[in-house]
Amino acid sequence: MEWEVVIGLEIHVQLSTKTKIFSGASTAFGAEPNTQACAVDLALPGTLPVFNENALRMAVMFGLAVNAEIGKRSVFERKNYFYPDLPKGYQTTQLAEPIVGPGFVDIETDDGVQRRVRLHHAHLEEDAGKSLHEDFHGMSGIDLNRAGTPLVEIVSEPDMRSSKEAAAYARKIHAIVTTLGICDGNMAEGSMRCDCNVSIRPKGEEKLGTRTELKNINSFRFIERAIDTEVARQIDLIEDGGTVVQETRLYDPDKNETRSMRSKEEANDYRYFPCPDLLPVIIDDSYIEAIRETLPELPDARRERFISEYNLSEYDAGVLSAYSAQADYYEQVVKLSGDTKLSANWVMGELAKFLNQNDTDIKDSPVSAEQLGGLLVRIKDNTISGNIAKKVFELMWSKGGTADEIIEAEGLKQVTDTGAIEKIVDEVIANAEKQVEQYKAAEPDKRGKMIGFFMGQVMKATGGKANPGAVTGILKQKLDALCD
Amino acid sequence: MSLDRSQVEQIAHLARLQIDSADIDSYSDSLNSILNLVDQMQAVNTEGVEPLAHPLDAVQRLRADEVTETNQREALQAVAPATEEGLFLVPKVIE
Repeated sequence: MEWEVVIGLEIHVQLSTKTKIFSGASTAFGAEPNTQACAVDLALPGTLPVFNENALRMAVMFGLAVNAEIGKRSVFERKNYFYPDLPKGYQTTQLAEPIVGPGFVDIETDDGVQRRVRLHHAHLEEDAGKSLHEDFHGMSGIDLNRAGTPLVEIVSEPDMRSSKEAAAYARKIHAIVTTLGICDGNMAEGSMRCDCNVSIRPKGEEKLGTRTELKNINSFRFIERAIDTEVARQIDLIEDGGTVVQETRLYDPDKNETRSMRSKEEANDYRYFPCPDLLPVIIDDSYIEAIRETLPELPDARRERFISEYNLSEYDAGVLSAYSAQADYYEQVVKLSGDTKLSANWVMGELAKFLNQNDTDIKDSPVSAEQLGGLLVRIKDNTISGNIAKKVFELMWSKGGTADEIIEAEGLKQVTDTGAIEKIVDEVIANAEKQVEQYKAAEPDKRGKMIGFFMGQVMKATGGKANPGAVTGILKQKLDALCD
Repeated sequence: MSLDRSQVEQIAHLARLQIDSADIDSYSDSLNSILNLVDQMQAVNTEGVEPLAHPLDAVQRLRADEVTETNQREALQAVAPATEEGLFLVPKVIE
């Protein structure tokens, strides 16, 4: 039987506010345990929450960016939940009246599938603390620094039909929230976390199958792998005559399998009710319109501009605009180098390679846009070749300095002096009798390829510094002269 | 809606209450009479009635996004039964 995969995503985005959603404690990442957990976060008796205006503003920004209706009245509710990582005994969240109503985003997968994914809604809520289960004499250690960090939970409709679409959707949400500057987008630190609701149904069937929820997936690659694994499990199960049970499952990236997470010990009943400590949040059109005025250029618009203004391919424009810090960096390099395609190649090529190898965010790149721009200028004016530029880049990365300083210090300036090149070419030809004979014996249309050997010798003799264009011209001229 | 013996046992287990099996019938009767009361309330026609979550017609006040809380870990953990390396210790929450 042919199966259709149906996927909906719930994405938790940590807002990059300075303080928590309901208290004035800092949200900075990496502090000593419980040094950023105040009396409100600890739910000590007598404390009351006060709502952070910046969290509200950021949620509205997100809503406007995904074409959604903004809730002019939104209400916080208590979701009862009994774990020590939220000592209140409930999570303050929104249910019936969220801040962001239905919206949509358009996605495109690598293999060109386009789809509009509808958002059911997005709501504000607080994050929980962290539980550490090892090494505390059979007890769990609780760090409440994260408790109360503002989150926007973005709930999609079950509109995605493949793991690739799910990953493309998550990437689009990532691009939007980082462009808006409402989230740092660091998935490894948990700033964006993803739950995937996955079900299958026979192709052509309208009715949805029973879904399972895959929890807390923290990379785009794992979204694809976790869904593929779960879909395979569901198909095997049904084709063997079994049925899918609605449950939460955990994806184990090491074993590449999903396994059931909740035991029969639980009966989830969140008993939502409006939080009596927080009043309805009321905003008006002028508040919303003032925020609309501050919205930056969004990823879709930037991608279109990269195509029209910079003449980039759709692929290059898509990659470069997907992450705002990268798009900013690229535009800065273009401004300096004046070459849109060369800049794209370097940002997506050499720079991306070094960033990946060193697991570094482009925001922390040791090579700044100014440095890279300066390097590209020297390729453009033929001071150095592309190959030498890679060497300069490597030194720039490891030791710092401008392109000009490195080229000078390392003596990498390209030899463009024709006289000097001619001299070296003569030496190479004189020392390669055998290859010269082969060249002479070859059909004229095969000779072009044979120049490569001589080219290599010249480059070797000059340490790669000879201008490749000039060398090719001189070699061809001198070798062909020998053939007459 | 009414609860049978096994549901009462399940609820007691989830609530970590140890109950005497001889008392289950009486628990079941008590719980069912509460559920009957809820049924009675559910039967009231509330169409067109706005839920009253807050008695006042006030709206939420907002706070500027500025750090106002300093690290008070030592004082706050002084009342905790067990701490280690800055963490609150609690009975293990997962198996």
